[in-house]
Amino acid sequence: MNSKVEELKLRFQEQMAAVQDAEGLEKLRIAFLGKKGFITDVMKSMRDMNEEERREMGKYMNEFKGEVTRQLAEEGKKLQQKIEAEKLKKDVRYDISLPCESPLGTLHPITIVQRELEEIFSSMGFAVEDFAEVVTEYDNFEAVNVPKHHPARDMQDTYYLDNGELLKTQTSAAQNFILRKYGAPCKAIFPGRCFRNEAVDASHETTFFQMEGMMVDTDISISNLIYFMKTMLSEVFQKDINVRLRPGFFPFVEPGFELDIQCPFCGGVGCATCKHGGWIELCPCGMIHPNVLEMGGIDPEKYTGFAFGLGLTRLAMMKFGISDIRYLNSGNLKALDQFRTL
Amino acid sequence: MFLSMNWIRDFVNLDGIDLDNLVHQFTLGTAEVEGIEHIGTDTYGVVVGQILTVEEIPESKKLHKLTVDTGDKVWQIMCGAPNVKVGMKVPVAKLGGSVSGMKIEDRKLAGYESQGMCCSQKELGVSDDHSGLWELPEDLPIGKDIKEIYEIDDVVFEVDNKSLTNRPDLWGHYGIAREIAALSGRELRPLPVQDLSVYQDLPEVPISIEDPELCYRYSGMTFGHVTKNQSPVNMQIRLFRCGMRGINLLADLTNYLMLEMGQPMHAFDYKRVDAIEVGHLPETTVFQTLDGKERTIQPEMLMIKSHGEPVAVAGVMGGLASEIVEDTDSFLLESANFNAVSVRKTAQAIGLRTDASMRYEKTLDPEMTTTAIARYLKLLMEIDPSVEVTSRLTDNYPWHYPVRTIVFDKAYVDRLTGIDISEERIEKTLGHLGFTLERDGKDFIVTVPSWRATKDVTIKADIIEEITRIYGYDNFEIKTSKMALYPMKPTPEHRLHSEVKNLLAFTYGAHEVHTYVWNDGKRLSELGLSNEGKLHLVNSVSPDIDTIREELIPALLCVALKNKGYQPSYSIFEIGSVVPAVGEDKLAKEEKHLGAVLYGRKAEEGSMVAKAKAICESIAAEVKGVKFNYRPADESEVKEWAHPYNSFVVSLNDDPVGLIAVVHPTVAAKIEKKAAAVAVELNMDKIYPLAKILPQFREPSRFPSITSDVTFIVDAEVPYSEFERVIGNIPNEHLASMDLVGIYVDQALTGKKSVTVRFTFTSNERTLEMNEVLDYVAAYREAMKEIGAVTIEA
Repeated sequence: MNSKVEELKLRFQEQMAAVQDAEGLEKLRIAFLGKKGFITDVMKSMRDMNEEERREMGKYMNEFKGEVTRQLAEEGKKLQQKIEAEKLKKDVRYDISLPCESPLGTLHPITIVQRELEEIFSSMGFAVEDFAEVVTEYDNFEAVNVPKHHPARDMQDTYYLDNGELLKTQTSAAQNFILRKYGAPCKAIFPGRCFRNEAVDASHETTFFQMEGMMVDTDISISNLIYFMKTMLSEVFQKDINVRLRPGFFPFVEPGFELDIQCPFCGGVGCATCKHGGWIELCPCGMIHPNVLEMGGIDPEKYTGFAFGLGLTRLAMMKFGISDIRYLNSGNLKALDQFRTL
Repeated sequence: MFLSMNWIRDFVNLDGIDLDNLVHQFTLGTAEVEGIEHIGTDTYGVVVGQILTVEEIPESKKLHKLTVDTGDKVWQIMCGAPNVKVGMKVPVAKLGGSVSGMKIEDRKLAGYESQGMCCSQKELGVSDDHSGLWELPEDLPIGKDIKEIYEIDDVVFEVDNKSLTNRPDLWGHYGIAREIAALSGRELRPLPVQDLSVYQDLPEVPISIEDPELCYRYSGMTFGHVTKNQSPVNMQIRLFRCGMRGINLLADLTNYLMLEMGQPMHAFDYKRVDAIEVGHLPETTVFQTLDGKERTIQPEMLMIKSHGEPVAVAGVMGGLASEIVEDTDSFLLESANFNAVSVRKTAQAIGLRTDASMRYEKTLDPEMTTTAIARYLKLLMEIDPSVEVTSRLTDNYPWHYPVRTIVFDKAYVDRLTGIDISEERIEKTLGHLGFTLERDGKDFIVTVPSWRATKDVTIKADIIEEITRIYGYDNFEIKTSKMALYPMKPTPEHRLHSEVKNLLAFTYGAHEVHTYVWNDGKRLSELGLSNEGKLHLVNSVSPDIDTIREELIPALLCVALKNKGYQPSYSIFEIGSVVPAVGEDKLAKEEKHLGAVLYGRKAEEGSMVAKAKAICESIAAEVKGVKFNYRPADESEVKEWAHPYNSFVVSLNDDPVGLIAVVHPTVAAKIEKKAAAVAVELNMDKIYPLAKILPQFREPSRFPSITSDVTFIVDAEVPYSEFERVIGNIPNEHLASMDLVGIYVDQALTGKKSVTVRFTFTSNERTLEMNEVLDYVAAYREAMKEIGAVTIEA
């Protein structure tokens, strides 16, 4: 009996090894597991055995049947994989080197630099504010301590409007509004567009961006001013920046300074950007004039603060190496569509 | 302004100080120095020589063969100067020497040996006279180095005038010397002056001031018996180095005093002017100034008159008729102080900004007028001892600045600086700068010197500047503030602008541009559009750019015009200010708008309209909870640049907030023949104030949904919103969505279109029965008859 089963096993292994495809496999399955297959035959013949033989034979055959089923499934899977692999081989490889069209548009270089600064200042706890472009004489001059007869008010620099207002000549025009909105203490920056009535050339524009900043609290000092400017500018240029202050006169600050940075492009040895001086005049700043605080509703005896005005347009030009300021307002897409950056 | 170190050395001992470093310190502590020049370092070996013989040569008409004695030797020198003569003393650059960097060597000229060079003033850098050799005085010893006689050497530095606008005291060498003394810790010497009190018994000069509001002080004095009319060479050199030129002794001295003390002065020929009235002319008058030009003087301008006749424009320039001339031997000296604004306005009005007016503009110290006269006389008498004083010092001083005292303590200084500057240092610094200091317990009581008290130093904060700038900002220890930190969220407005920019640029592929706040009149007319607005610039350089824009789209169309040929299709956008109205209070009603222009081929117009709407819908989605409505614009709402029929108003809660419009084909054609453009403009101010609300989560149904597509035939004019309205009128809790599958305009069915809609039904509680759904759809079909939509069976 056993020899018959052994022979059967052997036959299965032989035939299994010879299977080529799914069809052959199915034939093998029917030959062994089918209703009239070898295993069914043997099972049927068990009826003639005694109890003990039947039990032993049954166990043996069940194991064999399980083994056959498992091997058939395994081989079936292998054959399937082979077919799929053959099919994939027929697919054509795509040319990943082909150029593609980017769906992205662009932001204006000013927006890019402005966002960068806003992020830096937001991370230092500064509010970001906005202000009108058409402003009153009061906001632009009086409220920032520019007296009636100051030359800065002369017609040739300021665009006056026929309703008596003017186009803001400096972001400082928003100082009064900000001080009144936040009161003290206050930390805010306010980027904005400014206007000066002057002849346009590669480095002068009638319309340009500044970013003003203010910090007011009980003990804000010159030392703090230098710290914040140095920290902020180092972030902007992504390296440690040396700054220096020089006295500068601006009616809305006292003392007032011109802040120079050591040229970040040449490290101070002199290059075209710093006009070979090693230092770049970047940012007027100073301690907010007591009159300005007072007009903003803040007690100058109790509070002090600093303010600065950064030339956003100038910074953008420096950062991107834009040689001619006129590109910025030109709407020339050949120039502007390069700023494909998030 | 050019400054001479030699001149400054008259008042401060600078021995042992590195001048370049000093000038650098001056930049950091006082005012910006634009340049520094070491004059004369490349000139050496130049001595006094005497021409012994002059011989013409046949080879040249210009050149002469000279023999020149320099004491140690007689040289043969070939010289081309026209003024050579025997016996003349001239500067001679000897062999091995150098003249402005040119090495002097033995060489041949026209075949003759030349062993040196005779020099002009220009060659030695003391004037720009190059007409001939510098003729030296006869009494100079032969062989003496020229540098030991004249100020050939100097260090001249230029200070940026703009950085001195608020420092009236720095418009002369003496004021600069005071700063340099403070910066270098050296003493400032007093100005040498003549004692004028000894002339008290002489008669007065008649001086009257009609308008003390504009003339704070007028000091005058008269002098006679002037015998010299040339200023000393060194004085002329200093004037030249500071950018002026010698004229005659009396005028040169006024200029010298102005450059030394910052006090403008004027010398009138006494024969023409023997009395002074400061006031106005009764009517517009033509007046000839020193430079020979005729100036129209208005009655409001302040004038100096003598017996009613104008003799000078106060603070600006004297008159030609009373100027110092060759034979002037007596003169009236003016040293006055005028109102700064008045001088500036007059100078501006007559187009004559002079060295004097520039200084008066800065609000000069009236205290220095009499000192300047005393100093003038001191110098004059040294040069021309025969001069006689013919009047006493007459000083009309109707208006004084208040004496300013400022009280502060060290705690205040510590608070403002953030560092610890010692009391001793504070006292020393202020003392150097001329402040007088008293102590009252902890308080410092300082009196501001008159030269700083006209406008510059008035409050405590000004004192901080004085202390810190001399202390040096480079020496500051820098520290962060003690201020508490708290998170700062961007304002909703700011966040919206930022998100909308990202959306336009990175989802819709548009390019951000910046355009001017005024209309581009020229380009608008190229597009066939008018240039109108409610607000105008009063001082624009051109009428083309004097109108403040009311909307953004015309500006963006101008950008499209400029970008002709850039790409067949592209989009641009801007968030910018517009002024659509001026209020009753006359204040501009400025709004922040978003403008976008989609540009492409005519065939793309339909998809551009869809994209324009998608932009609006995406913005609505950014501001969660906002739902825009769209409707065709009324005739009155259609913009000049827009298609009269394809203009749509975007509104929010019935309030118009913007528009979507196809650009008028004739306008688009101006950009490019077969071009089409679609524009969107939204008033951002009306969108941002709505609060951003979080989306409310709805549990998705666990049961399958059933969809049903239905195609309706309807008049082409019926908008899709009508379908939505009809369905919306039939309440149905199981209708999950209604979507447009497609619209087909059948050419065979004139004036009709077929609209295929997909209804999706679902329930949260159970699987819907097919029969229910069929009933719903049947009801919809029936209802659609209201808008004339009929269905065709599949």
